[in-house]
Amino acid sequence: MANPGSLAITVAGADAVRDELSGPRGRRPQRSFSGRNIMIYGTLLIAALYYLLPLYVMVVTSLKGMPEIRLGNIFSPPVEITFEPWAKAWASACTGLNCDGLSRGFWNSVRITIPSTVISIAIASINGYALANWRFKGSEVFFTILIVGAFIPYQVMIYPIVIVLREMGIYGTLTGLVIVHTIFGMPILTLLFRNYFVSLPEELFKAARIDGAGFWTIYLKIMLPMSLPIFVVAMILQITGIWNDFLFGVVFTRPEYYPMTVQLNNIVNSVQGVKEYNVNMAATILTGAVPLFVYFVSGRLFVRGIAAGAVKG
Amino acid sequence: MTSSVSIRDLSLNFGAVSVLQHLDLEIADGEFLVLLGASGCGKSTLLNCIAGLLDISDGQIFIKGKNVTWEEPKDRGIGMVFQSYALYPQMTVEKNLSFGLQVAKVPQVEIDKRVARAAEILQIQPLLKRKPAELSGGQRQRVAIGRALVRDVDVFLFDEPLSNLDAKLRSELRVEIKRLHQSLKNTMIYVTHDQIEALTLADRIAVMKGGVIQQLADPMTIYGTPENLFVAGFIGSPSMNFFRGSIGRKDGRPVVDVGGVAFDLSRYPSRAPLKDGQAVVLGVRPEHIRVDEPVEGLVSHPATVEIEEPMGADNLLWLKLAGQPISVRIAGQRRYAPNTPVTLGFDMASASLFDAGTENRL
Repeated sequence: MANPGSLAITVAGADAVRDELSGPRGRRPQRSFSGRNIMIYGTLLIAALYYLLPLYVMVVTSLKGMPEIRLGNIFSPPVEITFEPWAKAWASACTGLNCDGLSRGFWNSVRITIPSTVISIAIASINGYALANWRFKGSEVFFTILIVGAFIPYQVMIYPIVIVLREMGIYGTLTGLVIVHTIFGMPILTLLFRNYFVSLPEELFKAARIDGAGFWTIYLKIMLPMSLPIFVVAMILQITGIWNDFLFGVVFTRPEYYPMTVQLNNIVNSVQGVKEYNVNMAATILTGAVPLFVYFVSGRLFVRGIAAGAVKG
Repeated sequence: MTSSVSIRDLSLNFGAVSVLQHLDLEIADGEFLVLLGASGCGKSTLLNCIAGLLDISDGQIFIKGKNVTWEEPKDRGIGMVFQSYALYPQMTVEKNLSFGLQVAKVPQVEIDKRVARAAEILQIQPLLKRKPAELSGGQRQRVAIGRALVRDVDVFLFDEPLSNLDAKLRSELRVEIKRLHQSLKNTMIYVTHDQIEALTLADRIAVMKGGVIQQLADPMTIYGTPENLFVAGFIGSPSMNFFRGSIGRKDGRPVVDVGGVAFDLSRYPSRAPLKDGQAVVLGVRPEHIRVDEPVEGLVSHPATVEIEEPMGADNLLWLKLAGQPISVRIAGQRRYAPNTPVTLGFDMASASLFDAGTENRL
């Protein structure tokens, strides 16, 4: 009897009482190596390895010199670490006649992503707020049309949009591309914001109306401060989506405005000269770094925002 | 008696669904009116129409003699308190109270004065710097009432303000609302599905069903002489005992014949002459039935106790009479074991009689 609690009773006598007290008590013991745990953690481990291995190969390769790569041991760590490929990928890799690396594409992408994200979120959040709280005549029809818009394949619309942009005189410019991104982000973002605002208690909106607040006051003073999670979700969706976009970038801009993804493709797929695997790997990691960074910084907020939008609805 | 809120021929349709039909309601200055009904009866809808949060289909609404049918909510001179409190979560209590005034561009001095006064009346001064999330349910509802208070309005609208609170807080805040009404003397319109709230708070109760006001009267009238079967069954807990039967004659006196058991009607104050053979529903409240008390003028019938529900102050007996279960409320200290035979005495002067077809009071 190791349990001191039951010991006192034992002294007092009665075997029956001791039997009763020496039975299971308190927290149920948990085995760390149960079959269930091995199954769960084993699966997680394999899945993690599966996703991390390519990244490992890329990082390792990008830090090797070309002679070392030619040995063919893609999994072995670099013998001699060199940052030469990274510098080259950023500043001096050649695409066609330009030899200033990915840096130009990076700044193009920044100049595309930031305005597109800000404008599309600003418009979509107002759209969603109006659709959720100010039911106007035809708002349901409008919403349906918008949702249908989300299901039309992009390819169908590319040529008409090229013509529209050309007629407006902004074909091939960054402005044109920003407008295209803003429009194509609209259906899904509006849906996102509408569903979020619908999930907020309606009485809050009514109370604000009785307090005399109008359309913009309610939006700016009441709704906006309550909607940080959904704004973060929208921001992540837009930043990663637009940053990773290739199709629109290549169709709607001229070479000097190519976004980073298009430039990456041109570097990696260039047919002249030697394939510089280390430079290609470095360039790819550089291009993917921005979405990766965004996920790392805001991942927790992202999950919370998704949950807020989904559960409350 | 001047009219504070006046609703004339109000109708509201959502598409093909008609929620309110040709509703008329006059609410006097300083009156506490309760709209009472089960959920979906249109009581909250009516309140939202008065507030201007729903556009009506037809009719007119006057507040303080002014036609506000097309006015914005803020211009109607109303303050509203919601069931879910609807406090702005990101603002402190103080900001919550002053938000409406700031929107209306009231001078800061005046805002401070009104917030201080509301905080004093509701005793929420220590909470002014807190956020709603840091308040308890009762404190939140107090702040919500305060938000209506600072607006300095003529009419207060309450939309089930106590339904989210636990029983103890509910009864505390109920008393507080009554006290508030007595000191402010504003007109208050109060929506609830809780009959206790209605009976304790109201000057007059409007019992609603299906978008129609069934009866509009003071609480004692509603309780004592319900206009129809619905009101009779809705008000009172446990609810009124109903017996289906028909009008007959016994020894030359009118009776209700319920499955062979006769209830003498000679003491019942009927409004119209009763026809022989007319199908009726007799309603008797549990406290209008005596157990083993030989009082003059009661209609007596034997019955057997089935179940006893002691509730402290009261004791509720469930018995069977003419094959029907009936409940009787007696004093808490009088106890009866199951299967005890007793004599029930029905106080017919306090009973209600309804036509079985129209369900209206006879």
